[in-house]
Amino acid sequence: MIRSLGRTAISLVHEYGDWTVFSFSSMAGFLRQRRRRQKLVTAIHEIGGRCVPIILTVGLFTGLVMGLQLYYTLARLGAEAALGDAVGLSLVRELGPVLTALMIVGQSGSAMTSELGFQRNDEQIDALQTMGIDAKSFLVGPRLWAALFCFPALTAFFDLIGVFGGYLTGSVLLNVDAGVYWNHVFDSITWADVRGGFIKAVIFGALTISICSYRGFYSHLKSNLRGVRGVSESATRAVVFSSVAVLAADYLITSFLI
Amino acid sequence: MAESFLQIRGLKKHFGTKRVLDGIDLEIARASVTTLIGKSGIGKSVFLKCIANLMTPDAGEVLLDGVAIGNNRRGADQSDGFTFSYMFQNNALFDSLTAHENVALPLREAVGMAAEAVDQRVEEILKQLDLGGAGSRYPAELSGGMQKRVALARALVTNPEVVLFDEPTTGLDPERKFGVFDMIADYRERFGFTALLVSHDIPEVFEISDKVAWLDEGKIRFFGDPSELAADSPRSWSGLLQSTEEVETNKF
Ligand SMILES: Nc1ncnc2c1ncn2[C@@H]1O[C@H](COP(=O)(O)OP(=O)(O)O)[C@@H](O)[C@H]1O
Ligand SMILES: [Mg+2]
Repeated sequence: MIRSLGRTAISLVHEYGDWTVFSFSSMAGFLRQRRRRQKLVTAIHEIGGRCVPIILTVGLFTGLVMGLQLYYTLARLGAEAALGDAVGLSLVRELGPVLTALMIVGQSGSAMTSELGFQRNDEQIDALQTMGIDAKSFLVGPRLWAALFCFPALTAFFDLIGVFGGYLTGSVLLNVDAGVYWNHVFDSITWADVRGGFIKAVIFGALTISICSYRGFYSHLKSNLRGVRGVSESATRAVVFSSVAVLAADYLITSFLI
Repeated sequence: MAESFLQIRGLKKHFGTKRVLDGIDLEIARASVTTLIGKSGIGKSVFLKCIANLMTPDAGEVLLDGVAIGNNRRGADQSDGFTFSYMFQNNALFDSLTAHENVALPLREAVGMAAEAVDQRVEEILKQLDLGGAGSRYPAELSGGMQKRVALARALVTNPEVVLFDEPTTGLDPERKFGVFDMIADYRERFGFTALLVSHDIPEVFEISDKVAWLDEGKIRFFGDPSELAADSPRSWSGLLQSTEEVETNKF
């Protein structure tokens, strides 16, 4: 019992180390790649570009529903005027980075794991290696760098449209004065809040995209199932691990930032 | 054998308790075609992967022209020309790249040739492999035989000295099989590479083979001319034939 616990602990530490080395060496290796800009643009499009619609949609609805919920809570205290503070701060500090990261994981992260897992099964990763191309740097490197840019950028979109959603419910639908709403939004959010939100976004991006690519790249070692089922299992687990990582990291970072 | 070009000495590889390769010695002459036969799951792909450095053997070494080749199979000063190329059973082409881009990949990414020189070289080899008009098409838009040729083009575009073919004909109909064998024999003549290929197509593959190596239970059980194989051990040879056929039919 104790021995098996110990073995699990050791293998976890081992895996953690492996994953860290994998991520850093992919990022470092990318710097030695050729045609970096083209690869980076492709990766940004892949991770960020295809997430824009979903981010805008989810951001808008989040803002709408927050406007609604917070309005009635604040109205009970007679503090409707603070709607702008409440919506703005919760979006910028928490919901923006967290929900954006979860959306990107669901949309791009899982696709990336499946793609890499398929490429592993199809021996495309081996093929790169025989061509003298470092597969990690070539396939994973650009995506990790792109994540560092895409997550904050999409978080900014989310925050902006979310605040706009809060305005729609708060001022258009209910009766918070529009000027009061926007004043409170801009007065309450400080530069430190924005910076904190971006720090979170960058960390979430690095965590989730490296988890998703690690799971895909090594799907043949991580899953006992072969072929397509092994790949789909890897994708599922990548999403689960990434989501847990986002929430756990959010708690940790918040406790440092507060 | 003084003229042996590719030498494998004492190659060993195990997974867990399973000894897949248990001391393989093999000498392959320059510009020859050697066919590796053996039951499915016996370790033929593992053997090729150890030679190509996709797997690290537990023991043993691979020598090229008498010089042991370490981890860096591509000499640092060699800007052009790879030592080994590998053609994978399922071609391993990138779906998101066109045939042209697939073939250009090693030149662009690893060799770092100028774009124009790459395009010229790729077009040339595509033409040589009768893929003249197919450059702009994606692998999914090509027939199975054309995909194989694109994979072959990608393997040859770097001027390799040794090409490893892992079951280049599995899953093809008989006519296509002969097509692929002819292609290998033909391009070996033209490009002068040394070929090591895995095949279950006994005895058809013997037509293009200079030598046959039979891998069984981690060792080379027979190595020599194809004609000698039948004479050497007709009974076990037919047994081998059966076992490979069994596996092939069991697959479906
Ligand atoms: N990466 C690996 N990990 C564990 N076992 C492996 C690995 N690769 C191959 N094997 C095992 O080695 C044996 C030989 O496999 P392989 O070389 O693919 O056979 P084949 O002769 O059909 O090409 C098989 O039993 C396979 O299960
Ligand atoms: Mg095999």
